[in-house]
Amino acid sequence: MNKVFPDAASALDGLLFDGMTLMAGGFGLCGVPEHLIEALKASGTKNLTIISNNAGVDGDGLGVLLETRQIAKMVSSYVGENKLFEKQYLDGDLELEFNPQGTLAERIRAGGAGIPAFFTKTGVGTLVAEGKEIRDFDGEDYVMESWLRSDVSIVKAWKGDTEGNLIFRKTARNFNAPMATAGKITVAEVEELVEPGELQADEIHCAGIFVQRIIDGGSYRKVIEKRTTRPRS
Amino acid sequence: MAWTRDEMAARAAKELSDGFYVNLGIGIPTLVANYIPEGMHVTLHSENGMLGIGPFPYEGEEDPDLINAGKQTVTELPHSSYFDSAASFGMIRGGHINLAILGAMQVAENGDLANWMIPGKLVKGMGGAMDLVAGVQRVVVVMDHNSKAGDVKFLKACDLPLTGTHVVDLLITDIGVFDIDKKNGGVTLIEIAPGVTVDEIRERTEASFEVAPGLA
Repeated sequence: MNKVFPDAASALDGLLFDGMTLMAGGFGLCGVPEHLIEALKASGTKNLTIISNNAGVDGDGLGVLLETRQIAKMVSSYVGENKLFEKQYLDGDLELEFNPQGTLAERIRAGGAGIPAFFTKTGVGTLVAEGKEIRDFDGEDYVMESWLRSDVSIVKAWKGDTEGNLIFRKTARNFNAPMATAGKITVAEVEELVEPGELQADEIHCAGIFVQRIIDGGSYRKVIEKRTTRPRS
Repeated sequence: MAWTRDEMAARAAKELSDGFYVNLGIGIPTLVANYIPEGMHVTLHSENGMLGIGPFPYEGEEDPDLINAGKQTVTELPHSSYFDSAASFGMIRGGHINLAILGAMQVAENGDLANWMIPGKLVKGMGGAMDLVAGVQRVVVVMDHNSKAGDVKFLKACDLPLTGTHVVDLLITDIGVFDIDKKNGGVTLIEIAPGVTVDEIRERTEASFEVAPGLA
């Protein structure tokens, strides 16, 4: 068994097909799998359904796959940072399914944990509950939401080992950890790839069982979306 | 005279208690962090996966791996912790967060809230707002009493698509503070900005409300 691939293109080789469903980790541009997104762009795979909290910004993150018109549908909670997204959506070139952010996260977690549906109070009485089953538990209404799974999940971690064990850094963990569990195949890119034993077993955030392929991403651009600072007094 | 944004934030800060875990929305709610009373321990939750949000970093110390839910660079504190998005919304949905302070486009007298979508305009998405209002123990809304165009925002029923039904406990505007009984219905005006009259508030409000004894 070898999970380690030399680069992003080889790690995705044989996994991609037109019309497939992908999950892509990250929150805004924080913790996005930037090398795997570039490789996805280079692959030219089309008609993608992408499950990701956001759609990147113009020219960055998943925004690069909008430029090449590879995305047919997004499943997201917030897409407000992207002009090209706006244009393609208004032109009818892009389908969009909004999920409340917590419902999106839980649908992914449920997908990874083998739970086909769950009930939540989120969205009861709103547009997102339309057409879905409502059930009363202890006198309150809950809406049924179904699991999400992907053909391939692409995730970004801070450190990983050759077994696929992952450690994330700060708020870059976000959707990366649950998405890693919900892919038929999960491909991870890391800033630092080490041998087994070099990561503390007690400090692993995502166990290698969820990761089938892994690459050392080398250098990272790590774009900051909104740089906010305070003055030194 | 109407309250300023900072005065509204300071009023919202009075809803905090020692030991609270709190989620602050974007805009005026973010300012509430500046008015946490000294000596009170309040932990701020960021739905992208952090408890214990610190202040903005000094220039040159920004960390791209450390942002808040508004995607702004922030810092960590000694008691901070990080977790994934599913765990973060488990905290919200599971009722572990004591208080959420949010902005709104419309609030109704039954506690309904609309703050994510205007039909006919491009919709950016609800983000975590629906999860927050459905899951957090107590929801405080801070908003201007009327829109810039003068439209009434505190209504009998919201006409914009809802974020949640029967969710708002307290409404703080630039001219008054309203207690909302979201379970049984009923609104009480409990505070008025200096120089503002109850009549003026009635003129600028569609929702019906009682006036707390001693106010008028």
